[in-house]
Amino acid sequence: MDTATPAVTAALHDGTSVVAASSRVDARRHGELLLPAVDRVLAEAGVKIDAVTGVVVGVGPGPYTGLRVGLVTAATFASALGVPVHGVCTLDGLAYEAGLDEPFVVATDARRKEVYWARYENARTRATDAAVDRPAEIAEQVAGLPAVGAGALLYPETFPDARGPEHVSAAALAALAAEKLEAGGEFLPPQPLYLRRPDAQVPKNYKVVTPK
Amino acid sequence: MADEPLVLGIETSCDETGVGIVRGTTLLADAIASSVDTHARFGGVVPEIASRAHLEAMVPTIERALKDAGVSARDLDGIAVTAGPGLAGALLVGVSAAKAYAYALGKPLYGVNHLASHICVDQLEHGPLPEPTMALLVSGGHSSLLLAPDITADVRPMGATIDDAAGEAFDKIARVLDLGFPGGPVIDRLAKEGDPKAIAFPRGLSGSRDPAYDFSFSGLKTAVARWIEAKRAAGEEVPVRDVAASFQEAVVDVLTRKAVRACKDEGVDHLMIGGGVAANSRLRALAEERCERAGVRLRVPRPKLCTDNGAMVAALGAEMVARGRPASDWELSADSSLPVTDPHVPGAPDHDHVHEVSKDNLYS
Ligand SMILES: [Zn+2]
Repeated sequence: MDTATPAVTAALHDGTSVVAASSRVDARRHGELLLPAVDRVLAEAGVKIDAVTGVVVGVGPGPYTGLRVGLVTAATFASALGVPVHGVCTLDGLAYEAGLDEPFVVATDARRKEVYWARYENARTRATDAAVDRPAEIAEQVAGLPAVGAGALLYPETFPDARGPEHVSAAALAALAAEKLEAGGEFLPPQPLYLRRPDAQVPKNYKVVTPK
Repeated sequence: MADEPLVLGIETSCDETGVGIVRGTTLLADAIASSVDTHARFGGVVPEIASRAHLEAMVPTIERALKDAGVSARDLDGIAVTAGPGLAGALLVGVSAAKAYAYALGKPLYGVNHLASHICVDQLEHGPLPEPTMALLVSGGHSSLLLAPDITADVRPMGATIDDAAGEAFDKIARVLDLGFPGGPVIDRLAKEGDPKAIAFPRGLSGSRDPAYDFSFSGLKTAVARWIEAKRAAGEEVPVRDVAASFQEAVVDVLTRKAVRACKDEGVDHLMIGGGVAANSRLRALAEERCERAGVRLRVPRPKLCTDNGAMVAALGAEMVARGRPASDWELSADSSLPVTDPHVPGAPDHDHVHEVSKDNLYS
């Protein structure tokens, strides 16, 4: 599952292939849509919940509120079933889905006129740590490279060769994770990649409840 | 199972990650992880910091609660969670967690109201709630007077603050006096050594034409701050203990007077006080005195159950199960302004059969 981009996405992988997948794009409703998506893929596959042997979750980077939905859902789901939870960088999922066999860039929308991004050698090999920057500031580092993701599509001056997929799909994330599990590869801890410090502003009158 | 349901409750509406477990009206576990220390240097709760802390603390706090209670998650009869009101991003962590946990275990989910939970928690201390119960809820986030004929289905607002919450006033005055955050406990402590009659601070909304059950603490807050500033400007020492005692007296005087009056007007013979400010010793003492005079029975849970916690959510969830209230949908969302009149968020009736189908599919 992944909620680091506007896509609310869940998929079920049986070790060989993706058996069911569900994606809906709605950046404001991650919390409402994720669990029904999980329910849908399990029901569609006709798999009993105890058959699940592991959970893979996109750890971002992504806008915090939505990102946390996926992480806390994965963590509690896995805890209830007593199975491991593996973190995968969301940008890696997009890179895997893009399937390019040449150097390229993945960029997602970080809002506030910034992108979350990383450079890749190919679909399976990330060359830089995920970062958050203004597109203009990274223009030199991404010059001449194809770019995938909504962040690339949003800023054509920086990413003239932008293309899809726009958002990550859990199907790609699961397929990538299945490859890694098979090969004994390493996962990230299931903790969010925020890449930004929290805005430390105390709101006025938080939690005031005025019935009427 | 119907009488004494075993329910796990999750609370993340503000800065406490709470997971409680109850069996009927018996408290089995009350695990809390608080991010209050992180917020202290900002002088108030920072929503993003609270949300990050909830995510980190969630699974460990659930596991600790289960261990403390000595029960297995498989034996639970339901999972309850605060669906609102509260900080949106903070609520979302708890709601998402509860949904996934309930779903994975194949248990019904109950999204419940934070305020109704504050009332229902008293069942863990003093047994089943009398019906109706009058409840005064006072904390950093709320100041409400509620009439609860049925805590699972019928909660009516009698009055509420029109500006600041009572607890916020304590925090603000503590800040003016350089006493740190949160302000409640330290003001309570200093007030014990001060004279509550030393300074006549104003009692908000206490005129004969003012709304009988609403509160206002903004004017009091300003009056106290001005009084302190005037002393400082005159180069005089601020009598911190007297200021604390007189300020606190003004707050609890209005709270208790209005609460007892509401009981009398409505013919209700029980008053419940909850929320973080219910830990205030002077509020408890004055409420006791006035309730006794009015022939009203006072019920105040121990301080740890008054502040935000998971046990209160579990308590209300258990009551929902016991009374056969409908469970919530998997689409349940966090509602930062969930009305106090909604004790819980039942699922849409036409969704039920869909879940039954997938339930057979998933768990049988
Ligand atoms: Zn509260």
